Amino acid sequence: MANFYTDNPSLKVHLEHPLMKKIVELKERNFADADKYDYAPQNFEDAMDSYDKVLEVVGEICGDIIAENAEDVDHQGPHVENGRVIYADGTKKNLDACRKAGLMGMSMPRRFGGLNFPITPYIMAADIVSRADAGFENLWGLQDCAETIYEFANEEQLEKYIPRVCQGETMSMDLTEPDAGSDLQSVMLKASQKEDGSWVLNGVKRFITNGDSDIHLVLARSEEGSKDGRGLSMFIYDKRNGGVNVRRIENKMGIKGSPTCELVYKDAPCELVGSRRLGLIKYVMALMNGARLGIAAQSVGLSEAAYREALQYAKERCQFGKPIIEFPAVAEILSVMKAKLDASRTLLYACSRFVDIYKIYDDIAKERALTPEEKKEAKAYSRLADAFTPLAKGLTSEFCNQNTYDCIQIHGGSGFMKDYTCERLYRDARITSIYEGTTQLQVVAAIRHVTTGTYLNQIKEYESHEVCAADQNVKNTLIAMTQQYDAAVQAVLGVNDNNFKDFMARRLVEMAGYIIMGYLLLEDTQRDESFRSSLRVFVKLGQAEVAKHADFIANFRPDQISDYLYKEEEAPAAE
Amino acid sequence: MSLNIVVLAKQVPDTRNVGKDAMKADGTINRAVLPAIFNPEDLNALEQALKIKEENPGTRVTLLTMGPPRAAEIVREGLFRGADDGIVLSDRAFAGADTLATSYALSAAIRKLGNVDLIIGGRQAIDGDTAQVGPQIAEKLGLPQVTYAEDILSTKDGKVTVKRRIESGVETVKCPMPCVITVNGSAEPCRPRNAKNIQKYKYAALPSEVAADEAKKEFIAKRPYLSIMEWNAQTVDADLSQCGLAGSPTKVKGIENVVFTAKEARNVGNNDAELEDLIKELIVNHTIG
Repeated sequence: MANFYTDNPSLKVHLEHPLMKKIVELKERNFADADKYDYAPQNFEDAMDSYDKVLEVVGEICGDIIAENAEDVDHQGPHVENGRVIYADGTKKNLDACRKAGLMGMSMPRRFGGLNFPITPYIMAADIVSRADAGFENLWGLQDCAETIYEFANEEQLEKYIPRVCQGETMSMDLTEPDAGSDLQSVMLKASQKEDGSWVLNGVKRFITNGDSDIHLVLARSEEGSKDGRGLSMFIYDKRNGGVNVRRIENKMGIKGSPTCELVYKDAPCELVGSRRLGLIKYVMALMNGARLGIAAQSVGLSEAAYREALQYAKERCQFGKPIIEFPAVAEILSVMKAKLDASRTLLYACSRFVDIYKIYDDIAKERALTPEEKKEAKAYSRLADAFTPLAKGLTSEFCNQNTYDCIQIHGGSGFMKDYTCERLYRDARITSIYEGTTQLQVVAAIRHVTTGTYLNQIKEYESHEVCAADQNVKNTLIAMTQQYDAAVQAVLGVNDNNFKDFMARRLVEMAGYIIMGYLLLEDTQRDESFRSSLRVFVKLGQAEVAKHADFIANFRPDQISDYLYKEEEAPAAE
Repeated sequence: MSLNIVVLAKQVPDTRNVGKDAMKADGTINRAVLPAIFNPEDLNALEQALKIKEENPGTRVTLLTMGPPRAAEIVREGLFRGADDGIVLSDRAFAGADTLATSYALSAAIRKLGNVDLIIGGRQAIDGDTAQVGPQIAEKLGLPQVTYAEDILSTKDGKVTVKRRIESGVETVKCPMPCVITVNGSAEPCRPRNAKNIQKYKYAALPSEVAADEAKKEFIAKRPYLSIMEWNAQTVDADLSQCGLAGSPTKVKGIENVVFTAKEARNVGNNDAELEDLIKELIVNHTIG
């Protein structure tokens, strides 16, 4: 009888962010569907009420079904029979509940049977699902691939595939290969065109999440003899046609309910999406950005679960005659966990709102020419989404790893046993900072927004907003942190050495992240005072972290990098 | 084959998590502190109906409930989960009804509806726990009944096949339609509310709920599916002497808190002789009489 939406009031505060009005009105084209579909909203309030009610269903399913099944799914896991994946029993029940509740294809337009929800409430559902079972979020969240079909496939493909996703068919994104992990330019899966113009796939993919899905998006080499990313195209493989088998599934540390497959393609018929050669450079980049936002949501959900488990245990566990939460050392861990959780969540939704606006403008641009003003706005939001996505993915995943670590710490010796939920959370969290681009790759994507000033400009924008007197001190701290950040950026750029910049990139991105999350929490606090304690704890933490990085950068000579480069030890001379 | 199914549902106080103030001093339920919910086993019944609907396109599922106008809440709940329409049977004349008067009013409504293939309800409601209304409706309508249903396996050739959960195990029975089926709590739980249905039906209302709101009335008038039927004693041609308090032979003498002490159930043979022995024994030890 748990509801993971209604028991967590912070979600509603984020859902009701002032920018939602603009998002909903754009998304609903001023409510043009109102008389066309019996489930379309009449106005802004109606739409918001619907998101709220649907999220309540998500919360109920997560609390009563998905969370209840999580432990069994973790133990049982999926298996392969005759080249097909058989999900754990709990996974089947979870999927069935999500299908019956109509939670598939949530962001797809109504004409394909979707709910036409903006990304923000969809991501909120992903946040809630991840708290219940992070592994299941992978299967459910892969509906996100439909976004890429919707954006780049032709009308015939949209009509063929998107309604199927909305009815509950699952998806996968087949990108990784044994020799193409982070480096997707090396993808070798071969796509060949037959005489009648149709395409077939041959080769092997590895580490494919939900690799036995109904509808696959596949990255393959369509240009014979090519070696780099420009020879890759995107294809849709429909399981109904056959030609792809699951050779094995990986035995993983966490998210064990989510089958990670090795796939063998044998003359598997497929359809080209969009234009040849744009597979990696355009479509996968879009796909990845969506997936990264999904991982950020997964990380936030896991952080939430970890915080709740830790809090409950700390209240119940008594030592030295009192609950351990009453010891400052324990209380500090918990308050920092909560601050990291709230900071992660506010960054997640700031990012999802930016993504919403630019994506909706892109979609409107298919129907009519945007006005110069709209174009300018679309571009600005697109840039912000581009800057915030790697920041959100990178930082929320690191925080969720820290929170699940601390959750075990709170549990003490019991946490090390397999008896408590915290050990599953710890294992599940570990992948979040690795897949869909490691934290190191998020830094690579984010650093250009440090050097070009996207982050600083946004920070200055937040700085220009008024805050109440009670929060003025915190704001002053954030202003001082910003000065340290700016000085550090100038110092690094002043050296004019790319190696040095790459070496310092993580530090600069983290500094920007702490300041941005601090400001976002500050804004949240202006709307809802319950965020104030997290704001204070987080800015205190951020202040120390920013100072640490500033200090490191200020006291670092570029030639000291050589101390960090790996050198093969010389073999000891023979006697 | 498409069927017309009536699902019997009741809005009940949530007695599953009762606190110490759940009962008033006079022994009646303190409805103010207990949230009103869809009776759990009626949700199991609804799931059975929705499953049949899935397997038999064109099937209509109508939710029927008797209660005050606020019982429209559970009709909306049913619509969110996949029912096609709903009826709230509401009349001051029905107030104070025991199971006999309730089954009389509900059977009158079903008769009025006409052309019903299946009537499915929960085994019992968590407020009264009598399990009498379903069987009484069957008797009043002259229909066969299947109780303790756990799964309705098929509806074919005018017959329904039902798996029953009985004391010693399960049995599978066939019954000609139309008939009344009461569903056990061990049946499949009801499917969740559906996102599209929520958005479609969230403004569904009884005429009396929107009587004072012109804008809402107009909105619903344009969308007939949003109008929940509101029937009263007159609509269903009910004989008032058989309704409500007047039609209820049950009189509550007193209520007391009983704690069960017996550890095990006793099996009594399904024959008159053994039943008579049991009744004699109960009279002798003053359990009844």
